[in-house]
Amino acid sequence: MASDSDLSCTGLVRRFSGHAAVDHVSLNVPAGTFFSILGPSGCGKTTLLRMLAGFDKPDQGDIYIRGQRMNDVPPNRRPVNMVFQHLALFPTMSVGDNIGYGLKRQKVPLAERRKRIAEVLEQVGLPGLEGRNPQQLSGGQRQRVALARCLVLKPTLLLLDEPLGALDLKLREQMKVELKHLQKAFGTTFVYITHDQSEAMVMSDQVAVMKDGRFDQVAPPEALYREPATPFVAGFVGDNNRISGDLVAVQGELAEIRLDDGSLVRGRIASDDLETGGRVDLFIRPESLVLAGDALNSGYSGMDACIRSTLFDGANSRVEAEGAGNNTLYARLPQDGSAPRFNENATVRLAWDPALARVFGARI
Amino acid sequence: MQSSVSRLSLWLLLTPFLLWIVLLVLLPHLQMLRVSFQVRESWDTLAWGIDQYRNFFTESYYWRTFVRTGVMSLFTTFLTLIIAFPIAWYIARLARGKARGLLFLACLIPFWASELVRTYGWMILLRESGLISSWLQLLGLADAPVEMLYNDVAVIIGLVYNGLLFMVVPLVTTLDGLDENLVEAGYDLGGGHLTVMREVVVPWAMPGIVSGCIVVFMLTLGSYLTPILMGGKDSAWFTQQIFTQFITRFNWEQGAALGVLLLVLSSVIVWVGLRLSGQSLRKVMG
Amino acid sequence: MIRSVPRSRWFDALYLGYLVAFFLYLALPLAVTGAFAFNDAPYPSLPWKGFTLDWYLADGTGGRTGLFHDDGLLSALWVSVQIAFWVTLVSVALGCVNAVLFERLDFRGKEFLYLLMLLPLVIPGVILGVSILVFYSGMANDASRSWGIELDVFRPGMTLVVMGQVAFISTLSTLVIAARLRKFDRQLEEAALNLGATPLVAWFTVTLPWLLPSIAGAAAMAFLMSFENFNTTVMLTGSDTPLTVALFNRLREGSTPVLNAVALLLMVGSALLALIAMGRSDKD
Repeated sequence: MASDSDLSCTGLVRRFSGHAAVDHVSLNVPAGTFFSILGPSGCGKTTLLRMLAGFDKPDQGDIYIRGQRMNDVPPNRRPVNMVFQHLALFPTMSVGDNIGYGLKRQKVPLAERRKRIAEVLEQVGLPGLEGRNPQQLSGGQRQRVALARCLVLKPTLLLLDEPLGALDLKLREQMKVELKHLQKAFGTTFVYITHDQSEAMVMSDQVAVMKDGRFDQVAPPEALYREPATPFVAGFVGDNNRISGDLVAVQGELAEIRLDDGSLVRGRIASDDLETGGRVDLFIRPESLVLAGDALNSGYSGMDACIRSTLFDGANSRVEAEGAGNNTLYARLPQDGSAPRFNENATVRLAWDPALARVFGARI
Repeated sequence: MQSSVSRLSLWLLLTPFLLWIVLLVLLPHLQMLRVSFQVRESWDTLAWGIDQYRNFFTESYYWRTFVRTGVMSLFTTFLTLIIAFPIAWYIARLARGKARGLLFLACLIPFWASELVRTYGWMILLRESGLISSWLQLLGLADAPVEMLYNDVAVIIGLVYNGLLFMVVPLVTTLDGLDENLVEAGYDLGGGHLTVMREVVVPWAMPGIVSGCIVVFMLTLGSYLTPILMGGKDSAWFTQQIFTQFITRFNWEQGAALGVLLLVLSSVIVWVGLRLSGQSLRKVMG
Repeated sequence: MIRSVPRSRWFDALYLGYLVAFFLYLALPLAVTGAFAFNDAPYPSLPWKGFTLDWYLADGTGGRTGLFHDDGLLSALWVSVQIAFWVTLVSVALGCVNAVLFERLDFRGKEFLYLLMLLPLVIPGVILGVSILVFYSGMANDASRSWGIELDVFRPGMTLVVMGQVAFISTLSTLVIAARLRKFDRQLEEAALNLGATPLVAWFTVTLPWLLPSIAGAAAMAFLMSFENFNTTVMLTGSDTPLTVALFNRLREGSTPVLNAVALLLMVGSALLALIAMGRSDKD
């Protein structure tokens, strides 16, 4: 095991009555990084996290934390702490007692305990709230207490199980940034699971996209967005348009695709299992679609589309259009005054740089 | 290893439960059933037979009291429900804040006194030399002392009083959980007071209604003090006969048979009630 | 019918009248009973002869014996307290164990056992008393007749009363404690383990404090139910009669204001106990 790796797992499998909830997952988290596991609900991410915490045992594979094998270590002896989905703050204890709970189990003397509780509360921005009841705190404050309760123990690894899910949108945005700062400040390794791609993208150093018990791709957020490795990642991370067609030719990095209405478009090849004549999907992001009048760049691909409606959403405003073969497409509407106004059912030409589109073999 | 630990803890927890339910509930009742089929031929010889049950059916006094007790218990239960429902509704839906808590607490007041004390209170009020009689005379509504005790109405007043608390509490609990939007939707879609009551409120409150009715019915059927202290000479209650057989006549076999019959009656009525209302014991009691 | 639906004025007035009548009906018997504990007359009825504490304090010299000098009633009170203490202890302990059994463990036949647990709710109290009398007292009789062994604990008396009351009060305490345990978030125990507690420590530091209000509530309820029980008790009591039975025997001889004095004392005691229990559970 590499010594700078805080967590490493090899070939983890967990089956529930024959169905593999976690299916041969291997991962390696370098010390001091923010690692997210992103996936839709039911993809097995919670099961994976519970195995790391010790509440569940893998049927196969090993878990190493700082090079120590953890498979047979009970949850209370693992150098791992967890922020639970619903926080699990003890309702019968004050904030101070909640934070002191783990220290007490480590037999830290009272005076030292008090000092460390005060310190950690200061660090999470809640100085002097020891005596409060968790129920009296706001959602964001409780979040911080749950974090403090773990961080005060200086764990090797902090697991977070979608802790922001219960917060309202505004607070969630704020906490995202704050969590990232806290992780930097404490230098603790975070393993964060979520189904919200924006949370994963904003906070993480590395994101693993999980689907049906397997990792589809593990990469930094930007790579995930720009170079999705599978059609699932392309569709799940960020908004994307999918256009289906038949592969007619391969020219170097680019694939030429015949759409169902007969027109030809091009995109960059993203997987190596493409066969000429086979069915393929082309993914193109809304912001890469240009609403072109006539001034088209010569290398661009394009298709005619019929405007269905305009969806105003500030900086994220889009136009919904129907392209060849009944594909619904969304194109970004820049809000700098450069976008024209559209009438419903008007026809526009949507164009893109083939280097920004990605082509995968079609999912069956 | 894991499974042997959990097996051990299962047995550790199961043992007290089994001891309780077997030694204090199941075995005693089976023994009562057995004794009820024993016929005492002389002081130390026993035979099997159904003499006790035959006695019950041949002596009209027994089965008349039996039927009377059952019918009056049902009537009392129904009356308690009718009286308690508006109160529970008020507490759960109309009262606010402090008043709500106070009213609920007030409903619990009778529970602070035992059945004996409650019955005694009614005796002081209703008897010939009692308060109500005195007040009536004072107001000139009666010229001589009026005896209001020792009749069926008095018994029912007392029994309803005993049962009210056990009806109000489950009703308040279920009505509390009723989403007011449901009621509003009922009106919004054109329902009148009665329709909304029948179609929305009562079905929702059914578990509470059934739970309250079962408890009140069991209490009434098994009550002893109220009928004996407030009832007249000919308003016997079935529990009294069981008591007489056991305590006064030392005829355990007959007493056991009467006990079994009362148990059968209560089980059948509870079962029918659950069936008719489509509820299960687990749902309304657990 | 609900606040947001308009009601007519006469309906409101009628409803209010009904409420007043209802609470009058609830309060009247108890208020009257309590008041006559202080009437300076040998018989609890009108006219009011003035206020006295004789029915509590009189020492028998003036022909009146107050409650605090009435040895019969006082010893009956003591018997009741002892019975209620044991019943509370056993049924709350059983309630805790049963709650964990039914809320936390899965085993074959659980549904069936749960129904058995509910069974005492649908057995009339008299029958519970009778069956325990028949079983245990009968056993003691048989043992005495066949082998000459005296099983006095199984003769009517305090032990049998405690057993009879435990039989049904345990169901109630189980229901109270199980209801609270059902609302417990299992994640809290996992969080405790995660923070380094062993399962046993987690149980005592997290789960038990959570259950405490319901345990206190169940204890108060068990104590009151035991103290006030008559139907089961009367079948099983021996020479040391508990208070309700003693009061009943007195009442059949004729009512005196001493009975009112006892009744008032019981009401105040129960009310205090109920308020303490409620005050505790209100806090969380």
